[in-house]
Amino acid sequence: MSESTNTIETIANQEYKWGFVSDIEADAIPRGLSEDVVRLISAKKHEPEWLLEWRLKAYRHWLTMTEPTWANVHYPKIDYQDIIYYAAPKSRKNAPKSLDEVDPELLRTYEKLGIPLQEREILSGVAVDAVFDSVSVATTFKEKLKAMGVIFGSFSEAVQEYPELVRQYLGTVVPSSDNFFAALNSAVFSDGSFCYVPKGVRCPMELSTYFRINAKDTGQFERTLIIADEGAYVSYLEGCTAPMRDTNQLHAAVVELVALDRAQIKYSTVQNWYPGDKNGKGGIYNFVTKRGACRGVNSKISWTQVETGSAITWKYPSCLLIGDHSVGEFYSVALTNNYQQADTGTKMIHIGKNTTSTIVSKGISAGHGQNTYRGGVKILKNATGARNYSQCDSLLLGDQCGAHTFPYLEVKNTSSQLEHEASTSKIGEDQIFYCRQRGISSEDAVSMIVHGFCKEVFRELPMEFAVEAQKLLGVSLEGSVG
Amino acid sequence: MALLEIKDLHATVGDREILKGIDLTVEAGEVHAIMGPNGSGKSTLAQVLAGRELYHVTGGQVTYDGKDLLALSPEDRAREGIFLAFQYPVEIPGVSNMYFLKAALNTIRKHRNLPELDAMDFLERIREKMTAMNMDQTLLNRPVNAGFSGGEKKRNEIFQMAVLEPRLAILDETDSGLDIDALKLVAAGVNAMRSAERAMIVVTHYQRLLSEIVPDYVHVLADGRIVKSGGKELALELEAGGYAALGIQEEAEAVGKA
Repeated sequence: MSESTNTIETIANQEYKWGFVSDIEADAIPRGLSEDVVRLISAKKHEPEWLLEWRLKAYRHWLTMTEPTWANVHYPKIDYQDIIYYAAPKSRKNAPKSLDEVDPELLRTYEKLGIPLQEREILSGVAVDAVFDSVSVATTFKEKLKAMGVIFGSFSEAVQEYPELVRQYLGTVVPSSDNFFAALNSAVFSDGSFCYVPKGVRCPMELSTYFRINAKDTGQFERTLIIADEGAYVSYLEGCTAPMRDTNQLHAAVVELVALDRAQIKYSTVQNWYPGDKNGKGGIYNFVTKRGACRGVNSKISWTQVETGSAITWKYPSCLLIGDHSVGEFYSVALTNNYQQADTGTKMIHIGKNTTSTIVSKGISAGHGQNTYRGGVKILKNATGARNYSQCDSLLLGDQCGAHTFPYLEVKNTSSQLEHEASTSKIGEDQIFYCRQRGISSEDAVSMIVHGFCKEVFRELPMEFAVEAQKLLGVSLEGSVG
Repeated sequence: MALLEIKDLHATVGDREILKGIDLTVEAGEVHAIMGPNGSGKSTLAQVLAGRELYHVTGGQVTYDGKDLLALSPEDRAREGIFLAFQYPVEIPGVSNMYFLKAALNTIRKHRNLPELDAMDFLERIREKMTAMNMDQTLLNRPVNAGFSGGEKKRNEIFQMAVLEPRLAILDETDSGLDIDALKLVAAGVNAMRSAERAMIVVTHYQRLLSEIVPDYVHVLADGRIVKSGGKELALELEAGGYAALGIQEEAEAVGKA
């Protein structure tokens, strides 16, 4: 076996560094799903009647649906009656009013993850709404944001404090009947983030949420809703790591974005759920529905994701380009190693006139990883002057992995322009040797090449996240010399 | 002590023996030319000295600066001052030429306990060498060798050599694919690097490079062995009479190239 293959394997075999289980007592309900469970979740959260009805409607619809099988992923059948659908850290009962009151164990958990809340609060200007299991326990910078009219906090709080806003937009981008996992989420969602940026306000800081699955065997069903009113701008960061465990955990989140006239939403994700061990045992099943609606003229929604975790990723952050001149963007790096499987991509639905979309997808496969890009570009009949540019590149490390690309194009308007580029490359032994002959170790050479491959996507990440993304891929920073 | 001492070096690729007992001593300050027909093992020798794992050393010893060269990894050889100018420089898409070279220089500097250079210091340091090798900024900002012309690739190799300042430079067919102007430019770059502390091994098929980079010694390689050694006039003899005059058959097909 050649040296470069060895290095690639060493990198591919790096163990999940963030694996540990925190010792926080969880307030969980019994396993299984029924109308009673849905009612119990809603009751525990003191939700208004309309929301309970909305959940029940979703649950009843979910019962009529079957799990989708079209994705290029394989996993044992999920027993939906063997899942605990709600858990909240006990400390929530004595709701902390400041970080001092937050369970020190929880704070230590964040520290282990390299997310010192206080430090971020003070130094980085990032408002962190930390989702630990299912309930938000610490929200920072809320007051400052509030002064500007920006509402940012947990979804449950928003339901209590801004029920009309939630009701106006919830389920309008991803209907509760949209797909199997979205319906499930709609029935049992526990918490998540809510953000509303009022007319003409440019949100002064990056909004950030860290997700973490912790209580054993607890499905995590986040619900996130972000609304940018006319002329507003918001950049939202989502990142997560999860502790080591053996049982597969289901994660079925729904994220809805709404951009009105001239509004812009930038949504960035670094996803590092536990991928399972070297043999493919354990790991998170990540079945996520993310969709943004560019409702207004000149509105823009930009998705950037770095997906390195999960045993299985099933995720297609999409844009509905409804408003004239609206813009949708999707920048993605998906890395699969060991026995990870990812089927990810985007859908760009051009509805309004002169709408533009850009797709840049970078798939990296190592070990026995299987990486699928699935992207749809749809130009509807009235979408005159629509433009799309798609680029899908795959990089293979080693010879046991796979890369697959499924681009779907559906064009019903002849005035549109679409470009599609795709490439597949392999890190070659000659490239590694060339680097080594210049004094650069094999490991650094691989990092350098992988980073170079992902550069176009990393460039789209906010500074705070770029560093984390690079850490996650174990690469050295490509500086901007000259 | 010689900078490089090769004794009875044997190397194979697959089950084929390419080097069949090479002996060569190179002192600091000297320029040695290795000539020979295609398939004689010239490029293999260059690659073996750089540590390419494709080739297996089956016998002999190589001492470099008092160290057992064959025990060192390719990157350690580079950090110890061995530079190979590739016959076919490799393309690395996505990695800028500038970034690559800065990373290389800094690993080498680190190895020598010198402080790493930041972007500004690095730029300052390479500016003069860029001018000398006619490397403009755009070439440096482009990915390593990607989309470079043959001449640009070779110029880039010599530019890298100038920046990394090796103690032993091995030039593998640096003249191949160059027109006469590019050849003169590359040769001028190499000549500027000649010094009492630095040795060079120039591998070439043709004499024309040796009119520009005048060697101290010329060795003729045939079928994996050095069959004749002499001064710079040996290259001229070969030019006049060809390898046949030395009784050497040229193989039609080139082997031993990476």
